[in-house]
Amino acid sequence: MDSLPVYDSSRRGMPALEELRELLRYSNLVIQTARRNIVVRYKRSILGIAWTMLNPLGTTLILSFVFSRVFGGASSYAVYVLSGLLCWTFFAQTTSDSMHNLIWGGNLLKRIYVPRTVFAVSAVLTGLINMVFSLVPLMVVMLFARVPIRLTMLILPIPALFLAMFALGVGLILSTIAIYFIDVTEMYTILLTAWFYLSPIIYRKDMLPQDYAWVVHLNPMYYLINLFRAPIYDGRIPVLSEFLVAGAIALSTLVVGWIWFSSRADDFAYRV
Amino acid sequence: MTLPTVSDPMVDIPLSQPLVDSPDTRGSNLMEAIRLENVGVCYRAPSERIPSIKEYTIRWLQGKIKHREFWALQEVNLSVMKGETLGLIGNNGAGKSTLLKLIARVLRPTIGRVLVRGNVAPLLEYGAGFHPELTGRENIYLNGALLGYSRKQMEEKFERIVDFAELWDFIDAPLRTYSSGMWARLGFAVATDVQPDILIVDEVLSVGDETFQRKSADRMQEFRNRGATVLLVSHNMNLIEEMCQRAAWLDHGRLRAVGKPDEVIQAYRRSQA
Repeated sequence: MDSLPVYDSSRRGMPALEELRELLRYSNLVIQTARRNIVVRYKRSILGIAWTMLNPLGTTLILSFVFSRVFGGASSYAVYVLSGLLCWTFFAQTTSDSMHNLIWGGNLLKRIYVPRTVFAVSAVLTGLINMVFSLVPLMVVMLFARVPIRLTMLILPIPALFLAMFALGVGLILSTIAIYFIDVTEMYTILLTAWFYLSPIIYRKDMLPQDYAWVVHLNPMYYLINLFRAPIYDGRIPVLSEFLVAGAIALSTLVVGWIWFSSRADDFAYRV
Repeated sequence: MTLPTVSDPMVDIPLSQPLVDSPDTRGSNLMEAIRLENVGVCYRAPSERIPSIKEYTIRWLQGKIKHREFWALQEVNLSVMKGETLGLIGNNGAGKSTLLKLIARVLRPTIGRVLVRGNVAPLLEYGAGFHPELTGRENIYLNGALLGYSRKQMEEKFERIVDFAELWDFIDAPLRTYSSGMWARLGFAVATDVQPDILIVDEVLSVGDETFQRKSADRMQEFRNRGATVLLVSHNMNLIEEMCQRAAWLDHGRLRAVGKPDEVIQAYRRSQA
C-alpha cells in the first residue's frame, strides 16, 4: 500500500494550523536549536556552561550593591529589581533573537523546508532555559537580602509560561515586519530602552507621580512582571484576576502574532 | 526525432494519467513522483528601493508603490516518474534552482500546482546549518533535526553516518578544526543517510577528493537502485548524459525541451552557439 506523504501546493488549509502541525513534527529541531544556542555561547570559555549562572550572578551582585548602597534602599529592594529584571531580560532577549534568527537563518530558509516558526519558538525556549538558570543566583541574593524563599515560588511556571507566550507573540509580529523592513531590528533596540524605563522594573509604580500612573497600566509588561514578581518578592500567590489579565494579554498576543506570521510565511523565502 | 519547441506542448511527457491525491484512490497511480502543472513563480521586487518605513507608508497610501515583476518560471509542465533520474540543464538564471526549491517545498508557486509524492531530501549545499563551534557529533544531531528527524532516528543513523564519512577520529572535535573536505564529507553523509524517496542534487558532486567523489557517485547509484527519484542539476553535460534517463532544458524560466539527455543537450548546445 502506498503510504508516501503527498505534498500538494494547491491544497492549503489554515496556515496557522498547518504551521502548528509542522512545528510539532519538527519539535526535535526546536530542542536541538535551543541546545545549540546555549552550548555555543559558552563553548570556548574555560568555565563553560557555569557562565549561565555566573553571568546573572555577577549582574545581580552589582545591582544589589547599587540599589542597596548607592541608592540607599532596603536590601530587599534588590530582590524587587532582580525579579523584574529577570522577566525583562527574558523578554528583550527572546524577542530580539526571534527576529535575528529568522533573518540570519534566511540562508537556510532558501535551501530547505523548515517551519518558519522554529526560529522564534527556539529563541523562546532558549530564553526559558536561561531564566531557570538565573533563578539560582536570584535565590542566593534572596538569602543575603533576607527575603524569605517561600513555597509560593512553585507557582512560577505559570507566570513564566505567560511571559513566554507574550514574548513569542511579539517576536513573531516583529519578525514578520523585519522581513519587509530590516530597519525594525535597529528601531526595536531603541524602543526596548524606552519600554524598559516605562516598566516598573527598577522603580515601583507608587513611586511615579499620580499623573503618570496610567501609562504603566497601558503597558502589558506591567501585568506580566507583577505576576512573576508576586510569588518571589511578596511571597504571595497572585489573585485570580491577576492571572486572568496576564493570561489574556499573553494569549491574545500569541494568537495574533501566530496567525499573522503564518499567513505571511510563504512569502519569506521570496524575501529573505 | 524532433525536439519540441516553445510553441509545442511537451509531447513526450506522459501526462495522460493525473496523479491522484485523494487518500482513497492513492494506490491507483504509483508511478508519478513529481508533477508540475502550469507552474509559474513570480518574484515581485519594488522597482525602486524605498529606504524607510515613513517613505513606504506615504507611497503606499498614495498607491504609488510600483513593483517590477520577474517571472523566474513560467508555464512549466513536467512530470517525473518514480525511480527516474532527471537532469536539469540551462544557463545561470534560467530557473533551475527555483524549480528545485518548488519541489523541496521552500517556495510555493505563484500560480499552478506542484505535487510531490514522497520524502524529499535536498542536497543543495553540504553543511548548510552546520555550526563551527559544535563537534562533529553535535552537528550530526543538529543537521538531522533540520532535515526533520527525531533524536531517536538520529541515534540509529549515527554510526552509519560516521562510518561513511570516515570521521571517527575527529567526531568529538569542533567543526572549525575540520578541513573543507571533511566538512563536505560529513554533510554528504548526513544528508544521504536519510533514504529519501526523492533526492535533489544541485551542483554538488564536485566536492571532496576523488575517492570521496566516487563514494558519492556510488551512493547515488544505490539510491537509484532502491527506486529513489533523483533530480540532478549540473553544468557538467557528461555527468548528465551518464547519470540521467531524461534531461530537461530550462531557458529564461521556460521549459524548452524534455527528452533523451543527448538530444536535449545537443539542442541546448546549438542554442548557445
